[in-house]
Amino acid sequence: MNDQTLTPEERAANLKGMGSSRKRVEDVRFTQGKGNYVDDIKLDGMLFGDFVRSPYAHARVVSVNKEAALALPGVIAVLTAEDLSPLGLHWMPTLAGDKQMVLADGKVLFQGQEVAFVVAEDRYIAADAAELVEVEYEELPVLTDPFEALKSDVVLREDLEGQTEGAHGPRKHHNHIFTWEQGDKDATEAILAEADVVAEEMVYYHRTHPCPLETCGSVASMDKVTGKLTLYGTFQAPHAIRTVVSLISGIAEHNIRVISPDIGGGFGNKVGAYAGYVCSVVASIVTGKPVKWVEDRMENLMSTAFARDYWMQGKIAATTDGKITGLWCHTTADHGGFDACADPTKFPAGFMNICTGSYDIPTAYLAVDGVYTNKAPGGVAYRCSFRVTEAAYFIERMIEVLAIKLNMDAAELRRINFIKADQFPYQSALGWEYDSGDYHTAWDKALKAVDYEGLRAEQAQRVEEFKAGKTRKLLGIGLTHFTEIVGAGPVKNCDILGLGMFDSCEIRIHPTGSAIARLGTISQGQGHATTFAQIIASEIGLPADDITLEEGDTDTAPYGLGTYGSRSTPVAGAATAMAARKIRAKAQMIAAYLLEVHDDDVEWDVDRFSVKGAPERFKTMKEIAFAAYNQAIPGLEPGLEAVSYYDPPNMTYPFGAYICVMEIDVDTGEWDVRKFYALDDCGTRINPMIIDGQVHGGVTEALAIAMGQEIAYDEMGNVKTGTLMDFFLPTAWETPNYITDYTVTPSPHHPIGAKGVGESPNVGGVPCFSNAVHDAFRPFGLVQSHMPHDHWRIWKIANGLGMHE
Amino acid sequence: MSKMHVKLTVNGKEVEGLAEPRTLLIHFLREDLKITGPHIGCETSHCGACTVDIDGKSVKSCTTFVAQVNGADITTVEGLTNDDGSLGVLQEMFREHHGLQCGFCTPGMITRAHRLLQENPNPTEEEIRFGMAGNLCRCTGYQNIVKAISASADMLNAQKEAAE
Repeated sequence: MNDQTLTPEERAANLKGMGSSRKRVEDVRFTQGKGNYVDDIKLDGMLFGDFVRSPYAHARVVSVNKEAALALPGVIAVLTAEDLSPLGLHWMPTLAGDKQMVLADGKVLFQGQEVAFVVAEDRYIAADAAELVEVEYEELPVLTDPFEALKSDVVLREDLEGQTEGAHGPRKHHNHIFTWEQGDKDATEAILAEADVVAEEMVYYHRTHPCPLETCGSVASMDKVTGKLTLYGTFQAPHAIRTVVSLISGIAEHNIRVISPDIGGGFGNKVGAYAGYVCSVVASIVTGKPVKWVEDRMENLMSTAFARDYWMQGKIAATTDGKITGLWCHTTADHGGFDACADPTKFPAGFMNICTGSYDIPTAYLAVDGVYTNKAPGGVAYRCSFRVTEAAYFIERMIEVLAIKLNMDAAELRRINFIKADQFPYQSALGWEYDSGDYHTAWDKALKAVDYEGLRAEQAQRVEEFKAGKTRKLLGIGLTHFTEIVGAGPVKNCDILGLGMFDSCEIRIHPTGSAIARLGTISQGQGHATTFAQIIASEIGLPADDITLEEGDTDTAPYGLGTYGSRSTPVAGAATAMAARKIRAKAQMIAAYLLEVHDDDVEWDVDRFSVKGAPERFKTMKEIAFAAYNQAIPGLEPGLEAVSYYDPPNMTYPFGAYICVMEIDVDTGEWDVRKFYALDDCGTRINPMIIDGQVHGGVTEALAIAMGQEIAYDEMGNVKTGTLMDFFLPTAWETPNYITDYTVTPSPHHPIGAKGVGESPNVGGVPCFSNAVHDAFRPFGLVQSHMPHDHWRIWKIANGLGMHE
Repeated sequence: MSKMHVKLTVNGKEVEGLAEPRTLLIHFLREDLKITGPHIGCETSHCGACTVDIDGKSVKSCTTFVAQVNGADITTVEGLTNDDGSLGVLQEMFREHHGLQCGFCTPGMITRAHRLLQENPNPTEEEIRFGMAGNLCRCTGYQNIVKAISASADMLNAQKEAAE
């Protein structure tokens, strides 16, 4: 291939840089079963740990008898809180400023809570021994309803008794965690009092779980000779885990190496720190051998990181012609037994204050009360930035409720209230500065693509046919226009446990013109090794195929806060571009030296610097790379590498327009998605193939959540959905095909204009499916019904509306 | 616990070992034979990450005792790679059509698809979706998995035709 005969476009295409649907480099390993996940790690002499868990949701632990377990051949140790307390490790800090028991310290607060940790020679013996540990419990009254919990005399957190001040301000009751307020309460209430129209509704977003196909696990290996601890684990934030392990264990941070190997899906489940991680470390220190802990599916669903569980009371005010004038929301947030939400420190309810959504709402108020109950802790961002899916569900339901009250078309109501393209950057009433958007263009494109007017006509006809007894199926048209807030975040207001939420990339160019890049993030299926190489390829003109990408080893990768909240592309992606630009700046000086011209007399041209006005005189990046290692260039150090730590100036605000057409059988409650159209605007598109894949997957997770998936408890606090028999994960059979589309509104503050996309489909998908169900029944008087819309609940809606009479 | 002698053919190779009567096939494959392609996702037969091919049938190895399959001929995803080390047709098509993301379900998915295409070399989309319903994926939404299997069927049929 002769470089000189290729056009710039051909040379750019050869790089497989940004905009290319490059095939994934990860897949060669994964398709052959050569991934390396935590449970694939096997070290010499490795032991296996397993938990004894509480069958009760609230009980005193009277005694733990280990004798029978310890007598079983192959059992090495049984750890309880008593064993951990001399090390100060029987409790651990949570990400939300609370603390959590590692092993039950006198009582248990949720079913499945960790009581003892058994260490044995293999997983079968560990499981046998866990059965032999005798725990005596004394049952206590159980609180599973957050509203009841705030009234009850029963004290859940006795360790906090008398503490009227929590991590996020005053506590109003012994089961109350915090109140978080945003916006102008008085002004909003004044608008509500004088408004033409006020729609009011309770919107419940039920408790669910991220449930990645790989459960959580870790392998800890303490080398007593070197004093080094190596900790492999399912960590979405390996560097933060290293710092946390150092702070709570007292092991110096340089003596800890944390490795996130391949991760089998995260979706927020693998952000938190779990008892199993701590126990595997302690057990390795105690036994001097590597210790593996991998939870099973039931443990995963019962104990590690639920999501949602927000009761959102809303009021929305508008003029008679549909202009929204104010929004009020009070949320009661069920956080379970410990406040282990994964949110930036200053945001105890995450970014719930994005709940004004895509609309120009001049005045708003939000208050969130966090409450302790006898449920598992967590509150993670399940495929969304912190509480953004709750916010999007809330506003997109409230818009529909208002449309009913106004007797307006919900698409039109949205259109007249959208923030206009010329209002960006837009200051929202609840404190955010939206970076960019063009909502009207996206909305019109979406409505046209599905023939919205035609659908409404068909729906009207269907209603007539239903009333005439000609059909038992209804047609629902679900609409959603969502705005996300992702890419946390600016260090000035975003930190987790005091660690600023910047991210990083280090790039080294090798003499022969290939490269390695390392980032502070960690892929869990997003394809970072593919896409981040594309950013570098476009920025410095070396083929993506010649760039290796590594993440997840804290001994080699630069410090970063990890992958969740759609922050990899907005933050680490920016760091990648900035590091690449540092390399290009040095390359420019090298090229100018080689071409014997002034630095300013060369210009960048896809994969080379050429002399201005004389494009035939050039040095390719490959030639420059070699020169960096073999020429003594006056004033320049040898080598070609750079690192960037990127502190984003703002969040990014991806948005999208989703439309779902759903058929509903009123007699069986069965639903069928006839069409799902997803238009996403994630700014600059790095790899369209991967974007589409993210949208397909995210909408499918949204389908699960909206249409059946939940973590349900009975009154005794028993988990009713602890296996995949009861916890809904859609199969290929009930999952529809999706139509994807896009507009491109780059982020003005991001070096390449990219905003992040992985979570948009979940944030937009949930209200879209739910709105489709509601819309089908709207002509018959339905205003609000809580998710998940499983067949039974849909049947109940129909029954409640008298459709079975 | 006393152990029993088991003998299997795995990916064309004869292997043997000692296993407790209660040892699950998935653990024998992963822990004893170090064949870590098949994964453990639920231990209740729901997710299919552990799917292997046993004597011409797709089987979930997380709920099968190794003792039950003594003497069997087993194929895992590792056995679907071409002899020269290149990707097999299904593996290549999953890559080509972006039929995987985190990769955890992929070995079970591809192993099941392999058997599906033996059972039905010309499946419709509906038949693929039905035939793959025992394998869960949390990342892809299945759309590209269906595409990958459909493309594999076309390619395998073309190869067969060319060979005849």
